[in-house]
Amino acid sequence: MPRQPMSGGPGGRGSFERPNAKTSFLLKRLSVYFIAYKWRLLLAITLSLGGNALALLGPRLSGYAIDAIEPGLGKVDFDTVFHYAWLMIIFYLASSMLNYVMSLVMIRLSRNIVYQMRKDIHGRLMRLPIKFFDTHSIGNVLSVLSYDIDTIAASLSNDIVQMLSSVITVVGSFVMMLSISPLLLLIFSITIPAFILFTKYRSNRVRKLYRARSEKLGLLNGYSEEMTGGIKTIRAYNREKYFIDRFQARNVDASQANYEAESFSSVTGPSVNFINNLSLALISVFGAFFYMSGGIGLGSVSSFVLYSRKFSGPINEFSNFIGELQSALAAAERVFRLLDEPAEPDDAPNADTLTSVKGHVALRNVSFHYAPDSPILKEIDLEAHPGQIIAIVGPTGAGKTTIINLLMRFYDKTSGSIRIDGKEISLLKRASLRSSFSMVLQDTWLFSGTIYDNLAYGKEGITREDVYNAAKTVQMDGYINSLPKGYDTVLQDGGASISKGQKQLLTIARAVLLDAPMLILDEATSDVDTRTELQIQAAMLSLMRGRTCFVIAHRLSTIKNADAIAVLRDGRICEIGTHEELLAKNGYYRELYYAQFDDSVTIA
Amino acid sequence: MKTIFKYIRPKLASMSAQMFIKFLGTVVELLLPWMLSVILDEIVPAGKRDMIWLWGALMALCSVIALAANAIANSWACSISKDIIINVRHDLFVRITGLSARQEDYFTTPSLISRLSSDTYNLHQMIDRMQRLGVRAPILMLGGIVITFNLEPVLTAVLFSTLPLLAIVIVLVSRFGVKMYMQAQALLDALVHSAQEGMAGIRVIQALSKTDYEVNKFDKANREVIQKEIKTETLMNITNPTISFLLNAGLTAVIVAGAFRVNDGVTKPGMIIAFLSYFTIILNALMMVTRLFIMYSRGAASANRIAEVLDSSIEMEAQPIEAGDSINRDDVHIRFENVTFSYNKVRNNLTNINFSLKRGETLGVIGPTGSGKSTLLNLVLRFYDPDSGCVYINGRNIKNIPHGLLHNMFGVVFQSDFLFAGEISENIGFGRELGENKLADAANIAQADFVFDSKDGFAAQIASKGSNISGGQKQRLLLARALAAAPEIILLDDSSSALDYKTDAKIREQLAKRFTTSTKIIIAQRISAIRDADHIIVLEDGCVIGGGRHDELIESCESYRDIAKIQMG
Repeated sequence: MPRQPMSGGPGGRGSFERPNAKTSFLLKRLSVYFIAYKWRLLLAITLSLGGNALALLGPRLSGYAIDAIEPGLGKVDFDTVFHYAWLMIIFYLASSMLNYVMSLVMIRLSRNIVYQMRKDIHGRLMRLPIKFFDTHSIGNVLSVLSYDIDTIAASLSNDIVQMLSSVITVVGSFVMMLSISPLLLLIFSITIPAFILFTKYRSNRVRKLYRARSEKLGLLNGYSEEMTGGIKTIRAYNREKYFIDRFQARNVDASQANYEAESFSSVTGPSVNFINNLSLALISVFGAFFYMSGGIGLGSVSSFVLYSRKFSGPINEFSNFIGELQSALAAAERVFRLLDEPAEPDDAPNADTLTSVKGHVALRNVSFHYAPDSPILKEIDLEAHPGQIIAIVGPTGAGKTTIINLLMRFYDKTSGSIRIDGKEISLLKRASLRSSFSMVLQDTWLFSGTIYDNLAYGKEGITREDVYNAAKTVQMDGYINSLPKGYDTVLQDGGASISKGQKQLLTIARAVLLDAPMLILDEATSDVDTRTELQIQAAMLSLMRGRTCFVIAHRLSTIKNADAIAVLRDGRICEIGTHEELLAKNGYYRELYYAQFDDSVTIA
Repeated sequence: MKTIFKYIRPKLASMSAQMFIKFLGTVVELLLPWMLSVILDEIVPAGKRDMIWLWGALMALCSVIALAANAIANSWACSISKDIIINVRHDLFVRITGLSARQEDYFTTPSLISRLSSDTYNLHQMIDRMQRLGVRAPILMLGGIVITFNLEPVLTAVLFSTLPLLAIVIVLVSRFGVKMYMQAQALLDALVHSAQEGMAGIRVIQALSKTDYEVNKFDKANREVIQKEIKTETLMNITNPTISFLLNAGLTAVIVAGAFRVNDGVTKPGMIIAFLSYFTIILNALMMVTRLFIMYSRGAASANRIAEVLDSSIEMEAQPIEAGDSINRDDVHIRFENVTFSYNKVRNNLTNINFSLKRGETLGVIGPTGSGKSTLLNLVLRFYDPDSGCVYINGRNIKNIPHGLLHNMFGVVFQSDFLFAGEISENIGFGRELGENKLADAANIAQADFVFDSKDGFAAQIASKGSNISGGQKQRLLLARALAAAPEIILLDDSSSALDYKTDAKIREQLAKRFTTSTKIIIAQRISAIRDADHIIVLEDGCVIGGGRHDELIESCESYRDIAKIQMG
C-alpha cells in the first residue's frame, strides 16, 4: 500500500497543517507512482521497522548495564555488564545493516519513480500540440523536467527514508518510555502540544515565503539567461551599465526573498532544540525526584533520557521535512500541471489513413483564430491540383505560415474544410497526413548528433549511398567530406558551428531523402546565399517536380514559375493568379514585385 | 575559493560576531547533560530537593539562552550570506558583460548562464549553511569532546579510539562519492540538453512522426542517468549506517570501561549517563560535519567556476596612444587598412581588407554565407582585434578609443539579434533616455506600424527573444532600436531578411532620406538592399573579389553579376 510518509507516531500526527484539498490531491497523484512499487515499499518499511526496533533496544540494554554498574565501588556485576554489552554490539550491527539495505531499496525505488516521471513528462511533451510550444517558454518546461523532478526525488529518497525510520523511532521510543515510567512521560504532554502549535503557526508562512523565493529566483535566472544571450548587442550599444542596474534590482529582490524565507525558517531548528532541551530539563528534575523516592532506578533514568532524545530528535527532522515536503509538493504541482496539458487529441476513431497521395489539396472557406476577436485567417479558398506549385506571398504577419500550420494540422482550423485527394484532413490519421509532406522551414532544426543521423532523420530503410546523394544534390557533399570526420562529424548545439545557410541546405537534403508526395517550403532558402541557391536550383526543381508544393518566399523571383500565386493580406487572399496575370492586374502583387527593383529608391 | 574569499572578508567582523553568539548558544546547550549528571551524582545522593529545582531552573534558563542565541545568529547569518551573494552575483554579471568576445567564445554562453544561476545558488547555500552548521557542528563535536575529556579522560579516550575509523570511512566515501556525483550530474545535464533540443524541434519531430523515436532516445539517456545515480547513492549511503554503528560500538565500549572505573571507585554511574548524552550529541554533530563536507565540496566546485570568470583577465582595453601613432585628420570616417583576421588563428576569416568611407557614405557587403561578412562587423565594433592591419574611425586606430566612447557611436542590428522580455519601448530605447518622440519616430522609420496598431502601443509586452511576434516584426523593432539614437555609424547585418520587399524598400528610402550624416555598413543577401550603396564589396572566403558601385560590379565582377541575374530576374 502506498502510504503517506507523514502519517504515524504521536510526534508526527497533527504536527502538520491539515492537508488541504489540493495537498491531498497532489499526494494522491504522487501515490500513483508509488503503487507500482508497493512491494518494495513494503520491504523498505519492514527493513526500517526491523533496523530501528533493534537500534531502539540499545538504550534499554545500556540501562540494564548501568543498573548492574550502579551498586558502585567493587560491587559491579561484570557478568551482566558484559552480557548486555555483547547484545548491544550485535543489535547495533544488525540494525546498521538493515538500515543500509533499506536505503538501497529506497534509492532504487525513488530513482525508478524519477525515471518514470521524467519519462511521463517527456512523453507528454513530445505529444503536445504545437500551440503549447508557441505559448510556453522552453526554459520553464526544462526546469520542471530537471529541477522540479529532482526536488521530488530528493524529497522521496532522503525524506521518506528518514521519515520512515523517524516514525518508527518516535513510536518505539514512546513505547519504551511508557514501559519505563508513564509518569515521566507526562512531561511530553506539555512540550509536544507546544511544538504542534509552533509548527502549525509557521508552516503557512514558510510556504508563502518559499513560494515568493522560488518566484523571485526564477525571475532572476530568467533575466540572467536572457541578458547573457544578448551580451553582444548590449556591448555594441555600450548599455552595460543600464542592464547591470536592472540585473542588480532583480538580484537584490531575489536575495531579499531568499533571505526572508531562509531567515524565517532558520529559527525553526533552534526552536525545536529549545523544546528538546526544555524536555531534558523537566526530565532531569522529575527523574531526580522519582529516583530519590525510589520509584525508578538510575539505569532507567539513563534509558529514559536517551529515549527522550531519540523521541524528540526526529521532531527536528519533521520540521525540515515540512519545508521539503512543501517544496516537493509545489514541484509536484508543476509536474502534474505539465502532465495535465491536453495532448494532441487522438485521431478520430475511424480516422482514415492517407495512402498513395495524388496531391490534390483544397481549402474551402477556411478561417482560423486563437481568440475570436483577432482572426488570423479569414475565409481562405485555395486549390492545388496534383503537381502544382502554389506560392503564398504577402507582408509579414499576413498569415502565410498559419496556412502551413493548418495544412500540417499543427493547429486545427476554426472553420471551413481542408481536403487532400477529397478527404477532409481532420478525419485523417495525423501521422499519415504529416508524412505525406516534406517540410523545409526558415528556422532550421538540427540536433546534436552526426551529420549522417541528422540527414537520415525521419526516413527509415535508407542506405548511406542515399544520404550521400542527397547531400550532393544540395552541394553539401564537398563541404561535409572536407570535415575531418566527414558524415560522422558531430554537430554540437544544433549545428552552432556551421552557418545558417548550410543548416538550411542540410534540412533541404533531409527533405530530399524523405521523398514525400507533397512539399512545403517556408522561406526554405532565405539564409542560403544567392550563388549557392543558383547552384542548387536544379536540385530544388527536381525536388519539386511532380509534387504538390506550397512555397512561401520573400524573394519573388523564386516563385515566378508557380502555377498560382496567392497574395495574402490581413488574413485574406486579396489576389490570386499566375505571375503574369497578377502583374497585369496592376494590384498589390505588382506593387510588391516592383518594390524590389524600385530605382526611385536611392541610398545615401 | 580565494577569489570568493575577497567577498567574505569585509563581512568577517559581523561573521565573527555572529559566530560568537552561535558559539555561546551552542556551549550553553552543551552544558545541559553535565547539569543532569550533577543532579544525579551530587544533589540526589545529598537529598537536597530545593537544589534540584534550582538546577532544573538553570537548565531551563540555558535552554532559553540557547534558543535566543541560535535564533539571532541564524538569521544574522542569512543576512550576511545575502549581502555576500548579492555582491558576487553583481560582480559576476558585470564581469560577464565585460568579457571580450574571445573569452565569451571560450566560456560559451550556456556555461556563463549556469555559472550565473545555479553556481551562485550553490555558493549561496554553502555560505549560508557553513555559517549556520559550520560553527554549530564542530563546536558540538569539539565541545562535547572537551567536556567529556574534563569529566572523564579515560572514557573519552575510549571514544576517541573510534574516530580514526570514522575519518577513514568519511574521507573514502566522499572522495569517490563526489566524483561519481559529478559524473551523474554531467549525464543529467546531457539529458536535459537533449530534451531542450527535442522541444526546439517539435515541429519537425511531429511532422516526421518521430515522436516515438525521440521518446525512446530520451528513455535510453534517462535510464543511463538513473543507473549512475543509483550507483552513486549506493556508495554514499554507506556512510550513515557505518558511522552510527561505529559510534554505538564506542558507546558500548564506554559502558564496559565505565563499569571497570566505577568498580574501582574512580567514577560515578551518573557520569556514564552524562557521557552517553554527549555521545549522542557528538554523533549528531559528526553526521552534520559529513553533510557539511559534501555541501562544501559542491559549493567549492561552484565557487571555482564563478572565480574562473571573475579572475579572467580584462581584455580589449583601449590602449594609450603611442608616440608613433598618428591621428589622420582627413575626412575619412571609417577605414580598414590591410585588415587580416582569423578566429582560430589557423584559417583566415578575412584577408587583407581595405576600404574607406566618408561620413554619410554607405558600404554594401555581399557574399556567400561564411565569407566573412559578419566578421567584418565584429572588427568595426572591436569585438576582436585584427591579426594584422588596422581599423580607423575618425582617423584614430580603434584600439585607442575607449570602449564607452567607441560603442556610443553605433546603431547595430546583428543577425538574429536579441529582444528581451519587456515593453516595446524598452526594447527600442534599450536603456538610452531617448524620449517618446524619438521612439515613435524610429518605429515609423523602421515601418513598425504594428506598434501603433496594437492596443498597448509602446507599452505592449514583448516576450523573451521576441517569441510572441513574427520574424518580420522582430527585425523592424531591432531596426528601430538601431536608428532611434541617430547614431554616427549604422551597422546592419542581414537586418531585413524577414521583411517583404515593399517594407524593405520603404525602410531604405527612409534611411537614405533621414540619415544623411550617418555612415552605414549594410550586409545583405539581396542585391536590392545594397545596389544604391556608394561602395559595394563582394566577399568570398574572406577576400574581396570585387569592389565598386553597382553598375561597375555588374560589369567587372562575375560573381556579382550572377547574383544579380537570379535575384532581379
